[in-house]
Amino acid sequence: MPLYLYIVRRAILTVPLLIGITLIAFIIAHIVPADPITANLGQRAMSDPTIVAAFKAQWGLDKPLPTQYLIYVGNLLQGNLGTSIRTKRPVLDDLKAYLPATLELATTSTFLGVGLGLLLGVVSAVERGKLIDFIARFVSLIGISAPVFWMATLSLAIFYVGLRIVPGLGRLDTSIVAPPAVTGLLTVDSLLSGRWDAFTNAIGHLILPSLVLGSYSMGLITRVTRSSMLETLEQDYIRTARSKGLREQMVRRRHALRNALIPVVTVIGLSYGTLLSGAVLTETIFAWPGLGRYAYQSSTTLDFPAIMGVSLVIALIFIIINLIVDVLYYLVDPRIQAH
Amino acid sequence: MSSITSLTLESRPTELRTAGRLRLAWKWLRTHPGVTFGLAILLFWMVGTLIAPAVISYDPLAPNINDSLAAPGIAHIWGADKLGRDIFTRVLYGTRISLPAGIIAVLASLFIGTAIGAVAGYMGGWGDELLMRVTDIFLAFPSIILAMAIAAALGPSITNAILTIAIVAWPNYARVTRGLVLSVKQNEYVEASRAIGASHFRILFRTILPNCLGPLIVLATIDLGNAILLFAGLSFLGLGPAPEVPEWGRLIADGIQYSDQWWVSAFPGLAIFSSVMALNFIGDGLRDVLDPRTRRR
Repeated sequence: MPLYLYIVRRAILTVPLLIGITLIAFIIAHIVPADPITANLGQRAMSDPTIVAAFKAQWGLDKPLPTQYLIYVGNLLQGNLGTSIRTKRPVLDDLKAYLPATLELATTSTFLGVGLGLLLGVVSAVERGKLIDFIARFVSLIGISAPVFWMATLSLAIFYVGLRIVPGLGRLDTSIVAPPAVTGLLTVDSLLSGRWDAFTNAIGHLILPSLVLGSYSMGLITRVTRSSMLETLEQDYIRTARSKGLREQMVRRRHALRNALIPVVTVIGLSYGTLLSGAVLTETIFAWPGLGRYAYQSSTTLDFPAIMGVSLVIALIFIIINLIVDVLYYLVDPRIQAH
Repeated sequence: MSSITSLTLESRPTELRTAGRLRLAWKWLRTHPGVTFGLAILLFWMVGTLIAPAVISYDPLAPNINDSLAAPGIAHIWGADKLGRDIFTRVLYGTRISLPAGIIAVLASLFIGTAIGAVAGYMGGWGDELLMRVTDIFLAFPSIILAMAIAAALGPSITNAILTIAIVAWPNYARVTRGLVLSVKQNEYVEASRAIGASHFRILFRTILPNCLGPLIVLATIDLGNAILLFAGLSFLGLGPAPEVPEWGRLIADGIQYSDQWWVSAFPGLAIFSSVMALNFIGDGLRDVLDPRTRRR
């Protein structure tokens, strides 16, 4: 199957998934004990019958449930996710404002987690049984077992309050003026506008939360890479490669690593989902103005439209990431192409 | 004379069997130090929390302002919190909430997931397709966010946090069970069972599922660690037990504004970290025995 056909096929398969997700979001929204009208409008608007009537008509609350669902999906397709109770702004605008911070953090974390994880995994497989293998396995165990909010709290206490080697909370120091927003990613924007001071400051703010957030992926990827690499190194074709006189480095890189990477790709995709969940805790502790912190603040104020908005956006991101992973899988594993 | 024969005949084999099993178990534990280590950690917390009222004089709830934020020392080995309560005592009592909560959540998701996955794998066809697509949809929701939505809808409480974890965790079991059932289904003894006229229910739950248990136990062990982490995370965010309840995640949250008094949140985290690590060790050890698909080295 050619690549474009594969992508189209996979993309079509995500459509029922998206429908199902909106259905679940709709069901959860309807098991809420609170009356959605009071929840969305607040006391003052409630006393105005024209506003209540307009709201009911917009969301079709006087119609039967299946019709309500269709209206809900129709509203979603027009980008209408409702109004946040807490911020009083359209949820879509809030999401647009908070998404870049999360993307910046999650992307950096993924690069750190995957990079360090692959490195540690390969090194510990190659140096199996030696001290460095032991250290790598211990580090990965910490990444998997330690609660992310605990590491966040401790690392702030050590590196910010204690040693003062990283700048504090948020994305930028208060003394630094944010670069003009183009992408919303502060590192990219500051480079675009040539603001070196903002760039270094933003990187400084980014390093600790992304290390903390990436630690779980790092641990998981180290483990999977190590065991996959060890398994590959025992295969017959590796013995063949060695016996035909290839240098050990060549054998490891060209023959072992490439094949060992196949299961790792799946794990990278899966760990991204964990990463987005971990972002809620990490962003809350580091006062990082992203989707996770927005979701947390919304949940403490029972701001239902906002939480559902975040859920939908993150589920969507998750589906897209999985689509990308499947395509990568197709590219690294020639066996799928043959089918 | 006859009584002696019957004695030797009846009691010796059992004796041998028990002794042999114990010896085998001991031998296995010796070759898997990780499992022994993990079991020791879990036993420490479980036994500790049970004997705590008898051996520790501190009250986990009563404030003692004189000791407010006392540093770790002889009086308080892990220090004291804002209200002067002994942190070690509170962590020890916290085991009573965090471990059972995780276990109940995992059992619930194991139950739901296994049932759905087993039926999907056994049925095949459109039923399989439908159930697995539903599973995919739940998998696409990120766990904490879905948990926050549910907690926001139902209100924060221990029960709702457990329910939430079960809802986000079952799809994994469904997927794994389905895969296992699909492969076990091919075996001849399943065919034999069908040939003697066993019902679908009997074939699935008495013949197929028992042969899928090994990998499911491994998955559940490691997943218990994840459930403990998620539960702690939810209660850290205030979506679990009430604020005064000593629960591991809650205890870390208590210390977050005292960065100079690092011990307030550092030590409770050790309890979570050690338990999750222990479960990972045990799960890895069990995998060597129970899961023929993935032998780790």
